[in-house]
Amino acid sequence: MKKTYKIDVDCANCANKMELAAQKTKGVKSASVNFMLLKMNVEFEEGADPAEVMPRILENCKDVEDDCEIYF
Amino acid sequence: MRSISKLFTGLTKKQKKIFFRILAAAFFIVLSEAVEEKSRILQVLFFAASYIIIGYDILIRAFKGIRKGHPFDENFLMAVATVGAIGLGDLEEGTAVMLFYQIGELFESVAVGKSRKNITELIDIRPDYANIEMSDGKMERIDPEDVSVGSVIVVKPGEKVPIDGVVVEGESSIDTAALTGESRLTEVRKDMSVLSGSINLTGVLKLRTVKDFGESTASKILDLVENASSSKSKSEDFISRFARIYTPAVCFSALALAIIPPVLLLLFGKSPEWGSWIYRSLTFLVISCPCALVISIPMAFFGGLGGAGNAGILIKGSNYMEPLSQAKLAVFDKTGTMTKGVFEVRGVHHSPIEDEMLIELAAHAECYSSHPISISILRKYVKEPDKSRVSDVHEISGEGVSALVDGKQVACGNSKLMDRLGVDYIDCRSHGTVVHVAIDGVYYGHILIADSIKQNAEKAISALKENGISNTVMLTGDTESTAESVAEEIGIGRVFSELLPADKVNIVGDLLKECGKKEKLIFVGDGINDAPVLARADVGIAMGGIGSDAAIEAADVVIMDDDPLKVVKAVKIAKKCLRIVYENIWCAIGIKVICLILSAFGLGSMWMAIFADTGVMILAVLNSIRALNVKKL
Repeated sequence: MKKTYKIDVDCANCANKMELAAQKTKGVKSASVNFMLLKMNVEFEEGADPAEVMPRILENCKDVEDDCEIYF
Repeated sequence: MRSISKLFTGLTKKQKKIFFRILAAAFFIVLSEAVEEKSRILQVLFFAASYIIIGYDILIRAFKGIRKGHPFDENFLMAVATVGAIGLGDLEEGTAVMLFYQIGELFESVAVGKSRKNITELIDIRPDYANIEMSDGKMERIDPEDVSVGSVIVVKPGEKVPIDGVVVEGESSIDTAALTGESRLTEVRKDMSVLSGSINLTGVLKLRTVKDFGESTASKILDLVENASSSKSKSEDFISRFARIYTPAVCFSALALAIIPPVLLLLFGKSPEWGSWIYRSLTFLVISCPCALVISIPMAFFGGLGGAGNAGILIKGSNYMEPLSQAKLAVFDKTGTMTKGVFEVRGVHHSPIEDEMLIELAAHAECYSSHPISISILRKYVKEPDKSRVSDVHEISGEGVSALVDGKQVACGNSKLMDRLGVDYIDCRSHGTVVHVAIDGVYYGHILIADSIKQNAEKAISALKENGISNTVMLTGDTESTAESVAEEIGIGRVFSELLPADKVNIVGDLLKECGKKEKLIFVGDGINDAPVLARADVGIAMGGIGSDAAIEAADVVIMDDDPLKVVKAVKIAKKCLRIVYENIWCAIGIKVICLILSAFGLGSMWMAIFADTGVMILAVLNSIRALNVKKL
């Protein structure tokens, strides 16, 4: 399942870090961050519940970049 | 002054906060300069206030980063550099560098936000409302998301069509510029379909919607353009991997620079000059932020994709920009790509009577047939045939038609029909389909019907050659003679004819082997029946994609109208975009490396380092905006 989320982050490198953090999150098959559109595309692993995975992604992103937000 | 206040109101809450912090910090710096002569303590206090106001968030974030075990981010770098400078007794510089860092960040954030807005506005062809007529005759504006399929919406002159639909009432002309990039007026009447994103110009139209808002053409195109920048190009991958090693590498060099030279100097019995070496290494830290590198690439691609979309060329990902710019071999499908794919009467030969007369008789004889040949003759006749003049119609499958028109026996068909009727006929020297006409058993000449070549086909091929794509190939299922004559007329180098769809894939496979590593093959087709070939080529371009889901699905690049010149434009856009990407990469890396070298030798200052960081970034952002401008290409 693929979903797109709006994000807020200030710099391009921070967006890259968020992308890496999201990719490493459990339940995520692939993730990409589009800094220009401030959007995050997440493809979830089969059987993963986005409502459960998204808070984990946010937590991991906050870990690498304190000043970021994902709206879900 | 007004533009400044306008700019200020355009700032986000976060940006406004930083703006006031910058003002406050600057104020305290001025204060501390003022008391410099009188009280050293007061001066230090003012500096401390200024530093804390401007840098507290950076310090907090740096601390959090260390605690979470990944210290090498720009917050940490700025914190160490400025605290270090202050520790060395350079209060003024430590504070000022932090101040300028924040000013640079604010500039960056405003510049990025502004260009983001410019580009998204340019590609946003999605209308925000739909008009629905209420039962009491009043018009109401509603969110197009809420309009269900089959509802009737009203589009007034000057408004955008929100949802794909069919006209149920009204007549108007519509402009499809937002979809195709080219301003072209189309007249629409009852029962004609209208695509969302077009602009209604003259009359009020009532449309019955045939799709949901999200499935409508405008929404689909916008989704495509937006998602395009999510599939990353090689250069983007390169730069984000580069950024990951760049920062730690510079940090370790900074550490080495702070320790190794002084220790060596000590060993040789000289003064170690710790202060000067630490200052140099702190300057290193300021330069080590990779943001300018990281932002410049996606920004340039985003601009290029946006500009292309605005010109009616949908490039489905940044990753196709690179091969498109390296195109060396262009393979074209014939029918529907270089030719219109519509049969037209090209001439009447050897007729003893007037051409119009012969067409009139033939059109009447063929008026009951739905064969493409008959349709093209009827189209040439323009007028509605008078069916009362026609009787005794016989359609002979694979041969033609015979009928009584005005009491005369008119037979129209191929040579087989003429042979069977025992009529002597004259072969045609031109290529195309020939319809011989015999009246009462006497030969009356023939009508030549052929597919016509698109207006810009020849221009497109020669423009491709000017742009370094000298190798052009045409593939077609048509006969050899027809293919050769089309190729000659438009200047295509090589032709493969009488192909089955599977042959086309194999030929493209063979042609791919001819290409070198940095020579890419583009295939241009009409998106119908050639999906496997589109997929096999380095870049598959589908033409006339407007409203055709199949073409949009199969291709990497979709040209919304059917102008072959747009292929050239797509290549030019890609070239310009890639040029800007490389300019940005080299400019950003180059300036940073030069500044690193200068500061290692003690020739640089933190001021220069700040320029190398935020200055380069702003240059890169401004340069990227150029990619958006594709009008003149």
